[in-house]
Amino acid sequence: MELGSDTLAVLPEICVLGGAIVVLLLGSFLPRGRQALSRLLAVLALLASATASAVGMTGPAMTVFEANYTVDAASGVARIVISLATVFVIVLGFSELAETPRESETYALLLLASLGAMVLAGAGDLLILITGYLLASIPLYALIGMSRSPRAAEAALKTYLLGALLGITLLVGVTVLYGVGGTTAYVQLGRALASAPAAAVAAGLVGVLAGLMFKAGGVPGHFWVPDATQAASTLVAAFLTTVPKVGALVAAYRLVDLIPATTDAALLVGILATAGMTLGNLAAFWQDDVRRLLGWSTVSQVGYLLLPVAVAGGSDLALPSLLLYLAGYAATNLTAFAVVAALPHHRTLVDYRGVARIHPWLAGALVVSLLGLVGTPPTAVFVGKLTTLTAAWDGGFAWLAVIAVINSVASLFYYLRWLAPMFARTPAVPRPQPMSNAAEAAAPSIDRRPWAAWSAMAGAVAVLILGVLAGGLLSIVGAPLAH
Amino acid sequence: MLSLVIFLPVVAALVLIVLPGLSDRLSRWAWVLVTLVDFALLIGMWAAYDVPAAGFLAYEERLEWMPSVGSSYHVGVDGLSLPLLLLTAVIFLACAVYALKERERPRQQAALFLFLQSASLGVFAAQDLIVFFVFFDLSIVGMYFIIAGWGHGNPARSALKFFLYTFLGSLSLLLGFIGLYVGAVPHTFDMVELARHPALQNAPVAAGFVLAAIVIGLAIKTPTFPFHTWLPPAHTDAPAIGSVVLAGVLLKMGTYGFVRIAMPMLPDAWRSWAWLIVIVGIVSVLYGALVALAQTNVKRMIAYTSVNHMGYIVLAVGAAGVVSDSSEQAQQVAITGAVVQMVSHGLVTGALFLLAGVLYDRRESYDLSAFGGLAAPAPRYAAFFAVAAFASLGLPGFSGFIAEFQIFAGSIGTVPWSLLALPGILITAALFLRASQRLLTGKPRGLSVGFSDLKLNEVLSIGALLVMSVIIGLFPRFLLDLIEPAASVVVNLVGR
Repeated sequence: MELGSDTLAVLPEICVLGGAIVVLLLGSFLPRGRQALSRLLAVLALLASATASAVGMTGPAMTVFEANYTVDAASGVARIVISLATVFVIVLGFSELAETPRESETYALLLLASLGAMVLAGAGDLLILITGYLLASIPLYALIGMSRSPRAAEAALKTYLLGALLGITLLVGVTVLYGVGGTTAYVQLGRALASAPAAAVAAGLVGVLAGLMFKAGGVPGHFWVPDATQAASTLVAAFLTTVPKVGALVAAYRLVDLIPATTDAALLVGILATAGMTLGNLAAFWQDDVRRLLGWSTVSQVGYLLLPVAVAGGSDLALPSLLLYLAGYAATNLTAFAVVAALPHHRTLVDYRGVARIHPWLAGALVVSLLGLVGTPPTAVFVGKLTTLTAAWDGGFAWLAVIAVINSVASLFYYLRWLAPMFARTPAVPRPQPMSNAAEAAAPSIDRRPWAAWSAMAGAVAVLILGVLAGGLLSIVGAPLAH
Repeated sequence: MLSLVIFLPVVAALVLIVLPGLSDRLSRWAWVLVTLVDFALLIGMWAAYDVPAAGFLAYEERLEWMPSVGSSYHVGVDGLSLPLLLLTAVIFLACAVYALKERERPRQQAALFLFLQSASLGVFAAQDLIVFFVFFDLSIVGMYFIIAGWGHGNPARSALKFFLYTFLGSLSLLLGFIGLYVGAVPHTFDMVELARHPALQNAPVAAGFVLAAIVIGLAIKTPTFPFHTWLPPAHTDAPAIGSVVLAGVLLKMGTYGFVRIAMPMLPDAWRSWAWLIVIVGIVSVLYGALVALAQTNVKRMIAYTSVNHMGYIVLAVGAAGVVSDSSEQAQQVAITGAVVQMVSHGLVTGALFLLAGVLYDRRESYDLSAFGGLAAPAPRYAAFFAVAAFASLGLPGFSGFIAEFQIFAGSIGTVPWSLLALPGILITAALFLRASQRLLTGKPRGLSVGFSDLKLNEVLSIGALLVMSVIIGLFPRFLLDLIEPAASVVVNLVGR
């Protein structure tokens, strides 16, 4: 393959990288009050990337740069979801960011982190995987710490330490796989590992998966998620619970797919999935801070998302269901965060009491997104859950499907703890607050955060449309991985 | 045409929600109008209905939805679904008329009920398991908001229990559906296909598990003993018309699932486990009746008689799975009786819950002992309550008699042990007579003093339901002609 057409194949990544650099430079020169230009450029770069990915998906699946990088349906969907999700994050964070002095830096870091997620999704070589991991992680540490509160500093440190630790296990895992396989390229690695000692392959797989679980925010790499979600600004929380997961889970799928049958990768992933769903749900049960609750809910969502990863290659539905669930999850989770962003002074479940009276449309969007996360039809996650459960059963993991169903019922409980008070006939008892805050809370905040409110509405509509049109999407994303 | 009937209410609901500045009065009448049009459309469909050949459907519509997982938007009607579609339209119409005096957020209430009506119609028209599940789940969501938003007592708690419990049931159902899909060759979610070529014919263990998942899901919805504990609190705290829809329409989704999904799609497993279903049915009949006898709260009492009445249906569908020589006639009678019982229970219990709602509307109490001698201040109320009580206990001349007679004739013909359920009728009769006596006879006392009689909208809604029960009781042929061909198809499918 020629260098020119190879470069064209990674145009989406180039758009995002170029956007990040331009935004960063521009931010250094623009005066504080005129950072709208960098916002516009960031959004344009991401939209260009999404368009380029969509155009690229019409072509055949292939590997580029001597099979180091993969361009197929999986990476195409991941790139589109990542860039559109990042656009959504920027839009829902408009008003929140306009209040801070670090607008351009935030955009540049968001772009770089989403580029990292794209690289993770497309990696066809263990070394590229490491690059993607670092590129997706390092901007995230800065983004979390950016809100400059003591809690945010703590969360950033926690994320950094965990990221460094699991980054090392990732490196060890890669080293082991390279040691027994003699190559880092997926194309040759699959065949080479078939004759390698199963114990070593398992050890390498555990190491790499541990790193990816940090990025996905799944058990056992989940400890940073609730803290970071609670402490970071809302748009960063929305970003870090959505975008890195897309890259990490597609990467995990590619990896599990190439592990030979001598190692029971499926069982390992199945156990991780069970642990993630159960732990995330149990921890979310009695949370009172809505962000923390959403943080734990995303931990459990990674559990469901690991179902198709467990049966990678074992069912025709595995890959399409993973991609569909990722797209649906991104839309649904971001909608929930958009509602949170639109009501910045409602931090705990108690604050949401009676909200439906004052903000009926936001309440409606929250109903759609939270019931969507449970998997109520006709939302996008319902079709995602349906197809992942079917794929798991089809791939011989009926028990995993049963566990996922039980967990879905359990998750309904804490989402309803949030939803039910909203429709209460009596509003919240105003709690003693600092003077300025109380004055702000009294004013209808929807007027001051119109972008977040509108994105919540748009997100809710998208969640429903994605659910109804899922059939067509399934056939688009039905193509197998490129090898 | 069928899709129009299904989606007309939800479109109207959207209009009600989106149009700003719609007055309460206008939304109440718009609701009545839409339910009336929907009912008229269904009557038209019934008039033009030709009995389809065995294994085929009338008014069939099919649209590609998710071809890669073998699911399509597939709807159609036959003799099992058409009576329930008509029942749904009638119940919602009665609710709309009854709610003409509603003061609490009438616009939102109308929109929610219209949404729920679409979901309910969709369940009975669905011919694809995923479409069935989508509507089934949406009906739970709609009901949750009705209980939580317009209930009394402790609505949040009851609504939560209702949602969690029935959601568990619906997901159990979904697992069963996935099992059917994975077991079918080629993989499909299409109900017609799955009935024609049953999945898992050579895998009795797997079929047993799939049937267990489906039966548990349906049993929670129906509800049968021991899965009924969500029902009494949900009914007690729901608004009157919410209870009517819950008892009249939503419970039928469970029993309908037995004859539509469990029996034809897993015939071998159904025959193997039919004895268990029969036992569950008998226990539900007796347990529901006995617990209802012990209630002092009118609404709880009616709720437990629902467990009893649904028990007859479970008994009938269980007995229809016990195949013996030359029992086909009896099986068909049992299934026909089960479907008639679904319609009859919807009409009669709907009327009873509306009557209980009148008590709460006037006096905010359901306590039987707090009332007495209502016949003097409210003669119309007393007459309606007495008629509804007699209809519910299965007096000849009412629809309940036709249903229960057929159920027992059919069940005892195949399973003589069904006789054990007969005392259920006796106990129900006793409890309804006692309740009528306490509530209506004697001198007005307690909360009865100054009780205002039924208003026009209450007379119309309750009266319509009772009149239909009497019509079915006196001239059942028109309904039986609709159900019998479909019942014999089910019997043939189970017997193969």
